[in-house]
Amino acid sequence: MKIKDLKELLDADVLCCEENLSRHLYSACGCDLMSDVLAYVKDQGALLTGLVNPQVVRTAVMMDLVCIVFVRSKLPTEDIVELAKENGIVVLTTDKRLYEACGILYSNGLGVKESK
Amino acid sequence: MSEPLVFHYDIDGEDFISAGQASIQIKKNLRRIGLSPEVIRRVSIAMYEGEINMVIHAKGGTADVLLYEDRIEIILADKGPGISNIEEAMQEGFSTASDTIRSLGFGAGMGLPNMKRYSDKMTIDTTVGVGTTVTMVINIT
Repeated sequence: MKIKDLKELLDADVLCCEENLSRHLYSACGCDLMSDVLAYVKDQGALLTGLVNPQVVRTAVMMDLVCIVFVRSKLPTEDIVELAKENGIVVLTTDKRLYEACGILYSNGLGVKESK
Repeated sequence: MSEPLVFHYDIDGEDFISAGQASIQIKKNLRRIGLSPEVIRRVSIAMYEGEINMVIHAKGGTADVLLYEDRIEIILADKGPGISNIEEAMQEGFSTASDTIRSLGFGAGMGLPNMKRYSDKMTIDTTVGVGTTVTMVINIT
C-alpha cells in the first residue's frame, strides 16, 4: 500500500512531507520501545507509536523508515516535525489507538514483512 | 594498507533528547561516499545504540568511525562506570537504565545485543570505575 492509503485508512492528518505520500510501504511496526524497533529491519516501513520525542525520528532515520504515525492524537513538537522533514519522513497523526491502528492496517494487507 | 578515513565525534552526555546526532551525521557522510544502503544502515544503527548507551550510562564520550577499503570500524570510548558483568549486559532484556530512560523508549536491555547483531565483530574493553571502549567492525562486502 502507499502512505496515502494508510492516511485514508487511519483517517490521519499529515504534519510534514506531504509530497512523499505516494511512496510505497512494504511493512509496518507498532511499538513504543525504540530498541525493539531497531532490532529488526523493516523494508520501507511505517512506524506507529505512542512515544513522542526526537528519538522516534532518529530511530526512523537509522532504519530507513519512510513514515511515522503518532497514535492517540499525540502531537509532536515542532522540532520533532522539523527533524522528520529534514529527512523526508512523512509524519502523520491519528486519533486511533495503537492496537486499533495496527489492526486496521494489517487487515487491509499491510503485513509485518511484505516483500517488494 | 592505506590509511583509513576517520570521522571523529564528541558525544555530549548531558542531554538524552539530542543523543543520536553523531549517528545521523555519520549516516549522511557514508551516503555521500556511496556505500551500500545495507552497510550504512548497519553502521548507523550500531553506532546509534552505542551513542544512546554512552549518554545513558557514561555521561558521553567519543566516537571514531574508521573507513577502510574492506571494513568500517566504530570505536566508542567513554569514562563511565564500566560494565561489571559483560555476560549479563549482553543478555537481551537486561538493563540498569532508569525509569526515566525507559519512558523515553530506551533502556529495554537491547542496546548491546543490537550492536552485536548489526556488527560482524564486537569487542568490549571495560574496567569498573575507569570506563569502557566498544569496538565494532562491519565488513564492506
